[in-house]
Amino acid sequence: MASAVEMRGITKTFPGVVANDKVNFILEKGEVHGLLGENGAGKTVLMSILYGLYRSDKGQIFVDGKKVKIDSPSVAIKLGIGMVHQNFMLVPSLTVAENIVLGREPKKHHFWFDTNKAVSDVQALCDRYGLEVDPKAKVHSLPVGVQQRVEVLKALFRGAEILILDEPTAVLTPQEVYGLFRAIRALKQQGKSVIFISHKLKEVCAICDRITVLKRGKVVGTVDKNETKPDELAKMMVGREILSTFEKVHPAPGNIVLQVEGLRALNDRKLLALKDVAFEVHEFEILGVAGVEGNGQTELVEVLTGIRKLETGKISLNGKPIANLSAHERIEKGLSNVPEDRQKKGLILDFSVSENLILGRHDKPPFAKSWFRLNLERISDFAERLIREYSIKTPNRGTIVRNLSGGTQQRVVVAREFSGEPEFIIASQPTRGLDVGATEYVRRKLLEMRGKGSAVLLISADLDEILALSDRIAVIYEGRIVAVRERSKTSEFELGLLMAGGKND
Amino acid sequence: MTEEVKMSQKIRQLLVEIWSKLLTLLQGAKPQIIAILGAFLVGTIVLFASGHSPIEAYGAMLAGAFGDIYGIGQTFTQATPIIFTALAFLFAFKSGLFNIGAEGQLLIGGFTAALVGTSFNGLPVFIHLPLALLAGAAGGALWGFIPAVLKAKLGAHEVITTMMLSYVALYLTSYMVNYPLKAPGWVPQTVLITSSAELPRILPPTQLSASFILALIIAGITIYVLQRTTIGYEVRAIGLNPAAAESSGINIKRGLIFALVVSGAIAGLGGAGEVLGVHRRYIDGFSPGYGWDGLAVALIGGLNPLGSVLAAILFGALRSGGMSMNRATGVPLDIIFVLQALVVLFVAAPRLIRYLLKKGGFKW
Repeated sequence: MASAVEMRGITKTFPGVVANDKVNFILEKGEVHGLLGENGAGKTVLMSILYGLYRSDKGQIFVDGKKVKIDSPSVAIKLGIGMVHQNFMLVPSLTVAENIVLGREPKKHHFWFDTNKAVSDVQALCDRYGLEVDPKAKVHSLPVGVQQRVEVLKALFRGAEILILDEPTAVLTPQEVYGLFRAIRALKQQGKSVIFISHKLKEVCAICDRITVLKRGKVVGTVDKNETKPDELAKMMVGREILSTFEKVHPAPGNIVLQVEGLRALNDRKLLALKDVAFEVHEFEILGVAGVEGNGQTELVEVLTGIRKLETGKISLNGKPIANLSAHERIEKGLSNVPEDRQKKGLILDFSVSENLILGRHDKPPFAKSWFRLNLERISDFAERLIREYSIKTPNRGTIVRNLSGGTQQRVVVAREFSGEPEFIIASQPTRGLDVGATEYVRRKLLEMRGKGSAVLLISADLDEILALSDRIAVIYEGRIVAVRERSKTSEFELGLLMAGGKND
Repeated sequence: MTEEVKMSQKIRQLLVEIWSKLLTLLQGAKPQIIAILGAFLVGTIVLFASGHSPIEAYGAMLAGAFGDIYGIGQTFTQATPIIFTALAFLFAFKSGLFNIGAEGQLLIGGFTAALVGTSFNGLPVFIHLPLALLAGAAGGALWGFIPAVLKAKLGAHEVITTMMLSYVALYLTSYMVNYPLKAPGWVPQTVLITSSAELPRILPPTQLSASFILALIIAGITIYVLQRTTIGYEVRAIGLNPAAAESSGINIKRGLIFALVVSGAIAGLGGAGEVLGVHRRYIDGFSPGYGWDGLAVALIGGLNPLGSVLAAILFGALRSGGMSMNRATGVPLDIIFVLQALVVLFVAAPRLIRYLLKKGGFKW
């Protein structure tokens, strides 16, 4: 029997980056195939080639044993290939049924949209695959996990036999991940083939039959799940042992660097998002802020960095009030910020590496001479130094940041934010979406900055990360800091309870 | 001796550098070049269909635009104001603003320059001329400042405000030269400016004035400001990603106001150049839509100052070549507007061009 998909010798280069290098990939019918690799390993590019979003420079693709040329997604769809992207492509204001039939709407009298038939078709589809969704619900009212299910149904509605899921768990809660896995198993039973792109070992091991590991655009190997172990896969991915625990020196926390009292602030919908928040961060200390996302973390960061207005409250840095200072002045006073969404807030993707490395400090010596001229020589030297010190994997300092991988982009942010010897560092979700190697790197750097005396506020939805790095842990719930604990005197269990709003006294 | 060798080496190096820059520019300008070729190709069909010989028409156009000193002078004279308005559009665009009011900024700039140019008597040239130019820039800057502040303080969309202010400028200046400042005679225009405020003609007997050189200098300054200064860096950062710019502490409002004021000043300077260099007075309706042409030219130029200069010269050549084509062959002048529109259309449709390239099996 022919394989569902065979990709042979796929090579794809972007300016300065070899994304895929003679990649061979075989997907058998009815299997769940994991595509594992660090960020920037070339997983998404490979699948985008299969789905017709990119065209490979070299290589051949066979579907059902027949050589095919896929130069647009519509060709891929005709061949029975469907893809669910990381960022959903749904119309929020339309219903589930409308979204699913979009582009091939059932019609009454050849012209009018047949809503009832759309709903019943979609309902039948849901029943067939055991994927529960209300066809009449508006998409914007649905949780992320259900929206993802709608994406899967959309692909199935278009006759997909092969489903590509790009980092499907990145946006899901643990319960939703469980639901997704159940759905994948159901699809497999119906004879569908699934490609599961991920950099999470645990998930790949849990759901996949076979796993192909990519590293720097090349295939490291394809292994059967039963013949491997997570730590072996990890070794294949990064090519070295992973240290998941950190040795921490415990210098005595020093003076208070940042202190906030009675912070109150509104969110974008003019509702109170921060309610009398108070805490302090010391020198040589990482204060972790644990909490389910959307409990005021974003607003807290914006208030601290000075881009959101404070209703009431005090913020002081090294004993001096900074609540009335602009974002710019706060940076000058030694505040640095690794933002949650690096592509939106941390980087200017169409700027070069060196231009991004001076963002926020571009108007100060040594990067500016006289009052308005950029000192290009000093900027180049500085960029070269940081590229070396922070091992930023870029062809050169003039490369546009958009063309770099996610992990490398974060290194640019980290290099910029940490190189100014900041007194106070805010790091929000600093390892989100990063692979093992990059995650470890960022965590190590955070600890290094702590060791040099910086005060660090670490905001993360990843409890493992909070526990691994923090000296003290504050739990935020519905805009309040509900508890502050010493790392050594708390447990995952207690924090989990506090994060869910449970009382613990 | 060694000095001479060094000099010639330096010059050679410089030439090599300019050549390589030009090559990379051409490399990046493929879609534009294809668009221009495509426009002329479609123009050929139009000419055929209307019963004219394309070879004759294009020949006359080329000869008219570059064939003699008059043609060349006319080409660059026509290109000059468009260079200014294209740079104006481009500069604001780099900050993410869509300044479609260059027309009004140009008119106001021309008018304030005329005010200063006609007002003083007996001032030395080196004071009067710069003063008049400065007045033009200031007038345009004011016409950029108003929408900028409305945008920064109230969030009023600049497309609406700049366009509306264009009409205010148009009718305000028209009123001024029809009534209070009208020179004796039938034509709605001001009196001639004093000779001390005149921009010299640089290619007599044509109308080409030093305004052209000024335009090139401004193009150079635009490149410099955008690439080499802190404020230019901020302007580009704001244009590309305002959220990241804001969170890095860049003052977005200040950047936007700066960009639109500079944009207005450039357009105003263009108006001043026309008044002080070509007409030597403010004539009602002297601009046949330079502001709008500038927008098209900036897009054809790939939103790049150098590219805009080249595209403006193309437009100038079409204008001046078109006029002599009309005289020589009787092909109506309108064909050049068809060509201009086609170039814009082709440039605005990069996907179409890519599709055509793909279908044609071309590979660059």
